[in-house]
Amino acid sequence: MASSSSSNVTGIGAPVRRKEDHRFITGKGRYTDDINQPGQTWGSFVRSPHAHAGIKSIDKSAALAVPGVVAVLDGKDLAADEIGGLICGWMIHSKDGSEMKAGAHPALALDTVRYVGDHVAIVIAETQGAAKDGAEAVVVDYDGRPAVIDLATAQKAAPVHEVSNDNTVYDWELGLKAETEAAFEKAAHIVSIDITNNRLVPNAMEPRAAIGCFDEGTGNYTLYTTSQNPHVARLILSAFIGIAPEHKLRVVAPDVGGGFGSKIFVYAEETVCVWAAKKVGRPVKWTCDRSEAFLSDCHGRDHISHAELAVSEDGKFLGLRVKTLANLGAYLSTFSSSVPTYLYGTLLSGQYAIPAIYVEVDGIYTHTAPVDAYRGAGRPEAAYLVERLVDRAAHQLGRDPAELRKQNFVREFPYETPVIMTYDIGDFDASLDRAMEMIDYKGFDARRAEAATRGKLRGIGISTYIEACGIAPSKAVGSLGAGVGLWESAEVRVNPTGSVEVLTGSHSHGQGHETTFAQVVSDKFGIPIEDVEIVHGDTDKVQFGMGTYGSRSGAVGMSALANACDKVTVKAKRIAAHLLEVPVDEVTLTDGVFAAVSTNETLAFGEVSLAAYMAHNLPEDGMEPGLAEKAFYDPENFTFPAGCHICEVEIDPETGVTRIANFVAVDDFGTVINPMIVEGQVHGGLAQGIGQALLEEGIYDKDSGQLITGSYMDYTMPRADDLPTYQVDMTITKCPSNPLGIKGCGEAGAIGSPPAVINAVAHAIGNDDIAMPATPQRVWRSLQESA
Amino acid sequence: MYAFNYKKAASLSEAKTLFASGDDPLLMAGGQTLIPTLKQRLASPSDVIDISKLAELKGIEVSGDGVVIGAGQVHASVQNSAEVKEAIPALSALAGEIGDPAVRHRGTLGGSIANSDPTADYPAACLALGATIHTETRTIEADDFFTDLFETALEEGEIVTKVSFPVPDKAAYVKFPNPASRYAIVGVFVAQKGGKVRVAVTGAGSKVFRVAAMETALESNFSADAIGEIAVPSGDLNSDLHASADYRAHLITVMAKRAVAACG
Repeated sequence: MASSSSSNVTGIGAPVRRKEDHRFITGKGRYTDDINQPGQTWGSFVRSPHAHAGIKSIDKSAALAVPGVVAVLDGKDLAADEIGGLICGWMIHSKDGSEMKAGAHPALALDTVRYVGDHVAIVIAETQGAAKDGAEAVVVDYDGRPAVIDLATAQKAAPVHEVSNDNTVYDWELGLKAETEAAFEKAAHIVSIDITNNRLVPNAMEPRAAIGCFDEGTGNYTLYTTSQNPHVARLILSAFIGIAPEHKLRVVAPDVGGGFGSKIFVYAEETVCVWAAKKVGRPVKWTCDRSEAFLSDCHGRDHISHAELAVSEDGKFLGLRVKTLANLGAYLSTFSSSVPTYLYGTLLSGQYAIPAIYVEVDGIYTHTAPVDAYRGAGRPEAAYLVERLVDRAAHQLGRDPAELRKQNFVREFPYETPVIMTYDIGDFDASLDRAMEMIDYKGFDARRAEAATRGKLRGIGISTYIEACGIAPSKAVGSLGAGVGLWESAEVRVNPTGSVEVLTGSHSHGQGHETTFAQVVSDKFGIPIEDVEIVHGDTDKVQFGMGTYGSRSGAVGMSALANACDKVTVKAKRIAAHLLEVPVDEVTLTDGVFAAVSTNETLAFGEVSLAAYMAHNLPEDGMEPGLAEKAFYDPENFTFPAGCHICEVEIDPETGVTRIANFVAVDDFGTVINPMIVEGQVHGGLAQGIGQALLEEGIYDKDSGQLITGSYMDYTMPRADDLPTYQVDMTITKCPSNPLGIKGCGEAGAIGSPPAVINAVAHAIGNDDIAMPATPQRVWRSLQESA
Repeated sequence: MYAFNYKKAASLSEAKTLFASGDDPLLMAGGQTLIPTLKQRLASPSDVIDISKLAELKGIEVSGDGVVIGAGQVHASVQNSAEVKEAIPALSALAGEIGDPAVRHRGTLGGSIANSDPTADYPAACLALGATIHTETRTIEADDFFTDLFETALEEGEIVTKVSFPVPDKAAYVKFPNPASRYAIVGVFVAQKGGKVRVAVTGAGSKVFRVAAMETALESNFSADAIGEIAVPSGDLNSDLHASADYRAHLITVMAKRAVAACG
């Protein structure tokens, strides 16, 4: 637990300024594109202009004649070197027990292209410009074919992959089918909703980049890449794709400018760069441009669902049944199969005691970019569905939305849901009550009346969300099909002088780990964070780790760190006791000082670490010199951040423009390491959630399969003036299953906010069929139709 | 970006000479449209002739009945000019709503109108204020200048040097921006001068255009109510992801009403 040392201004709970920000905001960060290697070449990818086509032939001759072009490599070259395809690492089984149908995903297309932007060949040249000139000069003879774009009808269309005749990757189910049917039979009310969760394009600030290197002397490969999890990338590239044995491949993910999930996955481009480096005998660098990112980064969300809620006469939820079509795009990306299943179906109980839930999800192939985890990953889709449905139920039953929620809240913990989650702790009333107080829920009618005098439609919307973080207990996810364990590692190296290096398997790409992880160490040892260095993102430096996604770095990564620190403390106290000549249980460590209670003698932290390395006078029981410890932490359970978001909007009925008048977020993240950073995470998550609700949508042309929203001219990224000043607060119940009591905060903003916004818009316009994003045109049209 | 020859002109006449001698030359003022186009490899000129620093294209002069702005003046200079603000506040306000601060400090008046982007703001001001566009050889009335989508009355290589805007009795510009690009989905500039009213619409059609029915109605009754029932037919209007033609038609009336109301 947090130390009792109240004098520690850089410990757990302190709003310490981010150590890394000075380098980022002064341009001193070192991102992949900032790195250059001697003799480096540049790669540019030839990409499919078609959503679906056969490749009849590839003529490289004109490209090879472009000045500066070094090589042109295609799928046949990859196959000749027996380089394997990209993989999906989570096996999902269909209802009949059969395995999901994974179509081959070569890093360079062999005979078929399956989405606009699909990777066909790489042109390697002396300069980036020459590589691009070369890529334009490659002549690919395509045999254009009809594309499957529309998710709703894809199961009746021609197959995207031969392995699945009906474009269904899996038909998965979870929950209590018979009990759910029975619940519906005795229901007084059945509330139903058809709902779309719009496709999003991630748009990390730093586009993806990679540099592949091969050292002919040692036979070692190095890949610099924009990854959230370099060890996982190395494992996949070696064990599955076959680039090099794991110990001959180093993966470095240096400063990374945002990921939001999109940089978890092992992509074709980095695979090709590291393979091609040996092929051409020189480093190969590729930096994605923004247009390319729109086409080739994995997208997020993209569900169509029908859901029904069975409700008793007096408003108790009796059962929930859900049928979802989840667009997985043209190929299964690294973790795509798990997102609409175990990260979605398992959260459909929301904050409510619903005795029977049954969910069916069909994962669907279409000729669009692969869809995988994006901030929230499955949980925003679940929260959106549940919270829209509950609001509709309140409307249909003539109940206040807050009251109906309260009537059905889970209040006894642990609570086992019908969809295999065990909620360990929470206080859903506390966050709802606090949010209602902050937004002055009771005063809404007066505000609505005042808005009406200005010709504006005002609405209020609630979302009481829950999500699962701390992913995840390895044994549990292993039984559900995960191809990896989801523990985390940390090594704490105390130097002879008493400064500390932490090697963590977590990866920071904007989260502020260099500050928050140092705060944990500062708290544990009572030393200033300036004395702590956080090392991450390099497989040559750091022991195997699982990386950062799913809001797991606090709950899992910091737990490993806390445990490693505790091991260090145990050994250091033994050394101190020996030097102070007192029994070990008499030694305390406070504010970086070891003290013997009976003698009042002390030793500074650095004196003990020096003694550990000098080894002149260690306890005479065979203690090894040095002061460094390692911990691998495997969580016992998921963690369950939850909270309440309330949004108030004003709509201009003449134009359909929605302005967010007020937004309150009250979240329960368990223990907070740094409240300033957590608030920043909430703000960022809210921006993305509000973006999904009002602005963003990835749209493909239904016939041609071209990405219509392929640039910022058409894809509406949230800007500062689209967003309100947030009111943020927290109600805290500490997670009982990990040593620091952390739940996780990275995704909650994006999970909780979309239903709050849309419920508010629906309330304002009196029509809850409004879909995301609630653009001005869509709101205006909805008002026209109901007029 | 494809390779090209960059040539910086020292004078208007040198710019003309450089243009005449290029295989496939392009003139660049602020470059706020051209440079993104080049970066996306959507244009491959042989020569880019930089006219952004030409003194002959600079200057803002305000007299009793007119404002004359050099074609090379960046938007921010028009936005922040005390004289323009005093003479035609709607014009400086319009300049302040173009793009973002970076665009406003590079993009120029001449570049904007010469491009005749159907979603640009300045064309609406030119048309509604009855501006005169000056080139190195002649003057062209705004009514004759904008001929089609990205098409103007300019001859090949002809350079806009300045624009004269008559000072109206009252004027206002109201824009409904595209949520993504922030270009105008509909922008309406309304100007009244000596009993005459001009209403110019940008963003909605293939080029900026006037709405005669609204002008007539406003000339007899200059109030928002006078045009509340006047709708521009949607048949010729743009339709895209963000706004169908009927939504644009509706927005024209709404923005026009708001512009009239903003005229005070």
